Amino acid sequence: MVGHRLCVKLRERADSERLSITVYGEEPRPAYDRVHLSSFFSGAGEDDLSLAPRSWYCEQNIRLRTGESVIRIDRANKRVHTSLGATEDYDELVLATGSSAFVPPALKGTNPPGVFVYRTIEDLEAIQRHGSLCRTGAVLGGGLLGLEAAKALLDMGLRTTVVEFMPRLMPRQLDDGGAATLRSRIEALGVEILTGKEARSVLGVDRVTGVGFSDGTTLQTDILVISAGIEPRDELARACLLAVGERGGVIVDDHLRTSDPSIYAVGEVALHDGLIYGLVGPGYRMAEVVASKIVEGGAAATSVFQRCDTSTTLKLIGVDVASFGDPFGTSESVPIVYENRLKGVYRKINVSPDGTRLLGGLLVGDGSDYGLLHQMYLNEVRCPENPADLILGTRSASNGGAGTLHLPPEAQICSCENIAKGAIESAVREHDATELSQIGKLTRAGTACGGCKPLISDVLRCVLEGMGRTVKHALCEHFDYSRQELYDVVRVTGIRSFDLLLDEYGSGDGCEVCKPAVASIMASIFAEIATAQATIQDTNDRFLANIQRGGTYSVVPRVPGGEITPAKLQTIGRVAEKYDLYAKITGGQRIDMFGARVEELPFIWEELIEAGFESGHAYGKALRTVKSCVGTSWCRYGVQDAVGFAIRIENRYKGIRAPHKLKSAVSGCVRECAEAQSKDFGVIATERGWNLFVCGNGGAKPQHAQLLATDLDDERCIQLIDRFLMFYIKTADPLTRTAKWLNGLEGGLEYLRNVVVHDSLGICDELERQMEALVRSYECEWKVVVESPELRKRFTSFVNVEDPDPEVRFVPIRDQKQPVPWSA
Amino acid sequence: MGDGSEVWVRAAPVDAFPENGGACVRLGARQIAVFNLSRRGEWYACQNLCPHRKQMVLSRGMVGSAGDVPKVACPLHKTTFSLTSGECLNSDVEPIRTYPVRVEDGHVLIGLPRSRDGR
Repeated sequence: MVGHRLCVKLRERADSERLSITVYGEEPRPAYDRVHLSSFFSGAGEDDLSLAPRSWYCEQNIRLRTGESVIRIDRANKRVHTSLGATEDYDELVLATGSSAFVPPALKGTNPPGVFVYRTIEDLEAIQRHGSLCRTGAVLGGGLLGLEAAKALLDMGLRTTVVEFMPRLMPRQLDDGGAATLRSRIEALGVEILTGKEARSVLGVDRVTGVGFSDGTTLQTDILVISAGIEPRDELARACLLAVGERGGVIVDDHLRTSDPSIYAVGEVALHDGLIYGLVGPGYRMAEVVASKIVEGGAAATSVFQRCDTSTTLKLIGVDVASFGDPFGTSESVPIVYENRLKGVYRKINVSPDGTRLLGGLLVGDGSDYGLLHQMYLNEVRCPENPADLILGTRSASNGGAGTLHLPPEAQICSCENIAKGAIESAVREHDATELSQIGKLTRAGTACGGCKPLISDVLRCVLEGMGRTVKHALCEHFDYSRQELYDVVRVTGIRSFDLLLDEYGSGDGCEVCKPAVASIMASIFAEIATAQATIQDTNDRFLANIQRGGTYSVVPRVPGGEITPAKLQTIGRVAEKYDLYAKITGGQRIDMFGARVEELPFIWEELIEAGFESGHAYGKALRTVKSCVGTSWCRYGVQDAVGFAIRIENRYKGIRAPHKLKSAVSGCVRECAEAQSKDFGVIATERGWNLFVCGNGGAKPQHAQLLATDLDDERCIQLIDRFLMFYIKTADPLTRTAKWLNGLEGGLEYLRNVVVHDSLGICDELERQMEALVRSYECEWKVVVESPELRKRFTSFVNVEDPDPEVRFVPIRDQKQPVPWSA
Repeated sequence: MGDGSEVWVRAAPVDAFPENGGACVRLGARQIAVFNLSRRGEWYACQNLCPHRKQMVLSRGMVGSAGDVPKVACPLHKTTFSLTSGECLNSDVEPIRTYPVRVEDGHVLIGLPRSRDGR
């Protein structure tokens, strides 16, 4: 990760003409996110962990050699020799070799199959393969990595035991009280914990069967993961006689130079001021320092590395653990402790003897105050009169923002990316950022470990409120409710008319914001079609067509999955010709016919319906298209029936109204020709079924969809889409696409996954029922209109004369027509 | 409404206009958007042309209120206009012309200016 960051920072400063860069990596893939490695077990794929695709290195003109490690450094000739027998000369060399798993000496040597370390994606894949045949699992090491590994085994459904050599969990980060709280929280999840146990031997011959301890006892297990710490990968440095520390690590100075001034070391291999940093934040800082040193020659202030704050906040097996400053009270300090065994919460702060300064602390079980306390510590903010107030109770929403108000602009909010409060404030003021995700894009704050997100939200809220913009969620002046609240009101009261809802729960006469929002809510709850309350619909939904320049409408029949017979194509051609419509293929694999006058719409649809077409809902905040590739039907690479599944999905969700339009796609193999990862929900075939991606979109702010679940069969895939869509329909704000909705969802994708895949809220049955009801009540709106003389009467230019609108005029364009240009 | 200088022209029967919505009538060459704000028990009329992009579409807009002011939102770009003063409420587009409305014998009547002003 630090190596990749170094590439980024170098290229920010020097293009390929100035600086040629070659990256050697032992692993077969480019650098990936090791901090979130364990998310691999909760469904994240290789791509989710990727920091940058190979194409990025290409674009940056960086030569990337994966699966090729440097095996010897020839310092005299400034040359490296690689595992593939190649050599390359360097001017400057950076060691970013990281670390390997520490294996206790007693367990070194050949072990039977089933013993693993926890370090790389390959390790994880091997654990996954072996683990699928196991019932019990053990992890050696009760530190941070050990608990991560335990979570992985737990996610695989194994009865899991954690073995720690020291008398408590996370001995380097926690005191006895914090460790005891963490232990009880983790035990409550069914994990067995053994402390004060020294492993002496691995049992088993053909495969591992257990571990033997120094006290003579043994533990039976089908798989053993050793995760007892890290060892710097300093073997290259040792071989070429660079200075290394007594207990490993390449010794570096404040410019991160090793004992050879042409060679640097960064990340977990670097030993600075007697410390190895196993955290990404300090690693990123190192990358910045070296980049500045190499390109700018060390004149800049950024080219000095100083002892780093090692405060961290983590979620281990779902339990918050955070520490900052001096958590153990090694300097002169007074501890204040709050412990609540019932809730599994432990908070401790160390304050100066006069009670005015916060010197450090520990939080277990509830880390929500970490950001604020950490900042108070870093900025030496004066403690309140009674410092215990800092850890009593939890922050409530009402005073949530108050804390960051007292921080100076230079206060560091995001420690991974080194972003100060002032930078976030100016992102809000100058770039109109109103969401976490925008601040991330503008400043990178909160994009690495994400631990500072609550703090960023606080700063955001403070600035917005300071600008007089209340961060309210009221729909508009007529309803003092958010869309989600109004959804619940409508569902509970059963009110089916906008007017009645306004009388009972709103004020005034409504407007162009609340009317369509309520129409969408009522459509979702009562399966009401758009003709029922026509005047609260946007013009598109009122006339069941898309208004275009000139005031005419366009017509889009549904073409499920983009599959269409030549006969139906001819119908479209015939209708378009008869009514003189401009025809164009849409981006969603169907055909749009433009230039229909409002009074022509029922006649056009009468003919389309006669030929077997249905409404395509191009006019609605509803499912538009499910794009597909030809999959196994034709494609020599296809592994699933993409077209068949796309048609099934499109027919299932057609007509359902949502807070915004919905787009989908199904790809028949990993080549992803249907571009499913740019859709609100996208499905990509695997050898074993379907991978389901959610919350992508194109548009002004393109965002890739994220992987929700893998290798699903048809039924499970549809079940998850049902839940996902219904949850979105019920909770999103009006005109909020799924991507934006996810960005605003506290807990993000993981939360969404918990709700729709793991049913953490216990609402999935209800979601499925509601979706099923919507699916079953589908009817084609245009069929309803065409068959009703009363409804057909609405489609008229004037209510007092039958003439068409004489103001509608067209001009020719490339053998077709278009409306006359806008007048100034 | 009306200052006595207008001619009252019969537009269409009351039931030709949807409740809390609008429809367009053509009186001579003039296209007039007529709105039935049944929640308020009020009727309004204005030009059908949205001055923003000069499109004949206002009658298809959604009606509602801003504070106490009855308004219509253009269906093309959601430009909103006061139905009493005609002024634009959410941008600096020029105002729309409004006309007085009366209901008599189940019919909607629009008050047009006596002297043809060419509009």
